[in-house]
Amino acid sequence: MSSTPNVGEHVIVKRADFEQLLDALNARNYQIVGPTVQEKAIVYDEITSVNDLPIGWTDEQDKGRYRLKRRADEALFGYVISPQSWKKFLHPASLRLWQAEQTDDGFHITETAPTAPQYAFIGVRACELNAILIQDRVFMHDTYVDPNYQSRRTEAFIMAVNCGQAGNTCFCSSMNAGPKVSAGFDLALTEIIEPDRHEFVVEIGTELGAEVMGEVAYQTASQAVQEQAEQIVTEVASQMGRLLDTTDIKALMYRNFEHPEWENIGNRCLTCANCTMVCPTCFCTTVEDVTDLTGQQAERHRYWDSCFNMEFSYIHGGSVRSSNKARYRQWMTHKLATWVDQFGTLGCVGCGRCITWCPVGIDITEEVATIRKTDSALLTRLREK
Amino acid sequence: MITPNDPMIPQQYRIRQRQQDNADTFTLELEPTNGTVLQFAPGQFNMLYVFGVGEIPISISGNPATPSKLVHTTRSVGTVTNAMSTLKTGDVIGVRGPYGKSWPVMQSTGRDVVIVAGGIGLAPLRPAIYQLFAKREQFGKLVLLYGTRTQEDILYRQELEQWRARFDVDVYVTVDRATSDWRGNVGVVTNLIPRTPFYPPDTVAMVCGPEVMMRFTVQALQKRGVPTEQIYVSMERNMKCATGFCGHCQFGSTFICKDGPVFSYDQVESFIGMWEV
Repeated sequence: MSSTPNVGEHVIVKRADFEQLLDALNARNYQIVGPTVQEKAIVYDEITSVNDLPIGWTDEQDKGRYRLKRRADEALFGYVISPQSWKKFLHPASLRLWQAEQTDDGFHITETAPTAPQYAFIGVRACELNAILIQDRVFMHDTYVDPNYQSRRTEAFIMAVNCGQAGNTCFCSSMNAGPKVSAGFDLALTEIIEPDRHEFVVEIGTELGAEVMGEVAYQTASQAVQEQAEQIVTEVASQMGRLLDTTDIKALMYRNFEHPEWENIGNRCLTCANCTMVCPTCFCTTVEDVTDLTGQQAERHRYWDSCFNMEFSYIHGGSVRSSNKARYRQWMTHKLATWVDQFGTLGCVGCGRCITWCPVGIDITEEVATIRKTDSALLTRLREK
Repeated sequence: MITPNDPMIPQQYRIRQRQQDNADTFTLELEPTNGTVLQFAPGQFNMLYVFGVGEIPISISGNPATPSKLVHTTRSVGTVTNAMSTLKTGDVIGVRGPYGKSWPVMQSTGRDVVIVAGGIGLAPLRPAIYQLFAKREQFGKLVLLYGTRTQEDILYRQELEQWRARFDVDVYVTVDRATSDWRGNVGVVTNLIPRTPFYPPDTVAMVCGPEVMMRFTVQALQKRGVPTEQIYVSMERNMKCATGFCGHCQFGSTFICKDGPVFSYDQVESFIGMWEV
């Protein structure tokens, strides 16, 4: 055992000692969640030991394509990202908000939402961490606070991991959301793997992170090792599979609300809602009130919903956004324009999930490029010349 | 475990009185079972819950000066409103709220005020009308323009007749389709705007009705010279939470539940004419 490091300090944890990190979190009663291999994919799920991690696995991602592949080494975090983000823990896909029973005198609430576990997230990528910070604005820093999100979020321990490789659908650099983890973590790891060397450079982000690290065998990271870690993530930044030019993006979206490209996308889009389910920032939900067969017990449930569903915009008389093009426009314009007016940031972190998981391969980066190339303002200027 | 501050937990209210306004519209007067009176501003809405059936947003249509009587006027058009219409005096329903931004009544002192309502759009405007009457001397001219499809659809008929008997308000009612026993105006409510007495540059207009009616009403008001930022509309979209989380009520960059439902027209102007926003 060593002494407790300082916040901001960089230390080295050997691969052989990695288990101690999990032990330290376990001793603090965290429910530890990290990447696992399930159903031929990287799935964030409960883990009990380092052996549950996707040792030696990586992923290949492209438009409408996702495959796991063996790596030549035994890296713990050698994949890009899981199909599902950490959203499923902080903002569950399904949650019973309350239960009530009918009484002679009306009804009374018997139960509210179940208490959330105290999570420790292992392997949060920079884009995902930025997505969490974006959802914080939605659920904790606006007019109302969602107590369900807040309790999960404030209790969560975040062990982030800097990316060692970029995926083919990644564009976090464009969105200023990665690949380097820069804020909001307790510990941030960079995995260094060489023929005779496998270790993690760990940046201490918080007092809590420092305390946990104090219970693990570590060495101080030399300047040279820190630079090597830095070099890894710098290289990743230059390997992005996609680019999205965000110059003046809000105005671009607003002035192209009636652009013909929406029709073109609408003809391809299946409105399957995959993109919204895998998106780490999408937050929309619906509410369902149900009773048991006697009608005496009632419950209210909250489920993830999607702006691609027809019922989403239903008001008396019909759905406001009945066409595919209107629903796609709502989604993309929300991510890249209206989100800025609502919450002060873009709603996209460039994780690329919406591209990978679109069954017809619609690519948000290509669509922005198309609209930019045929920008209504640009065309008006050309016509005037 | 019960979290008292959870914004999704409804409070219980008892139906004190139920009134059938017309064929498909009814008004419920509610009182809290625990005695806690809900203060509200004109134009705000509540989420009303029928046990086991569901929850819907309904604007408050009572008098803000007497908030112990919580009044909602509702049209039966769907599962929840149909179930709600079968409730009787003494039954209990759930209430969350009040939510949303209000009509700018107290910001309109010294000015002419024009109220334009279409159909059940009169319900969310009634609290504003009560407030205007309560402080009548503080405003200039007061005009109420009300349009419905037929004379059977006229809401709060008795009150409208009382208001029309006053000398300090101009009330005009029009119907889209008249039967032979109708002696009033016929045509859409926007037709009334050119011939009503108010001074456009110093007028605040409050408009509520179907979206298309509001669009054309605003055009007619603008044409008479009412500045866009002095025209207010109340918008409607699907709503599941009323607290800005469910995302359903987004209208362009706004959330109707917390940024509206009442907007000055310049806030929504860029989106309101577009297809399927």
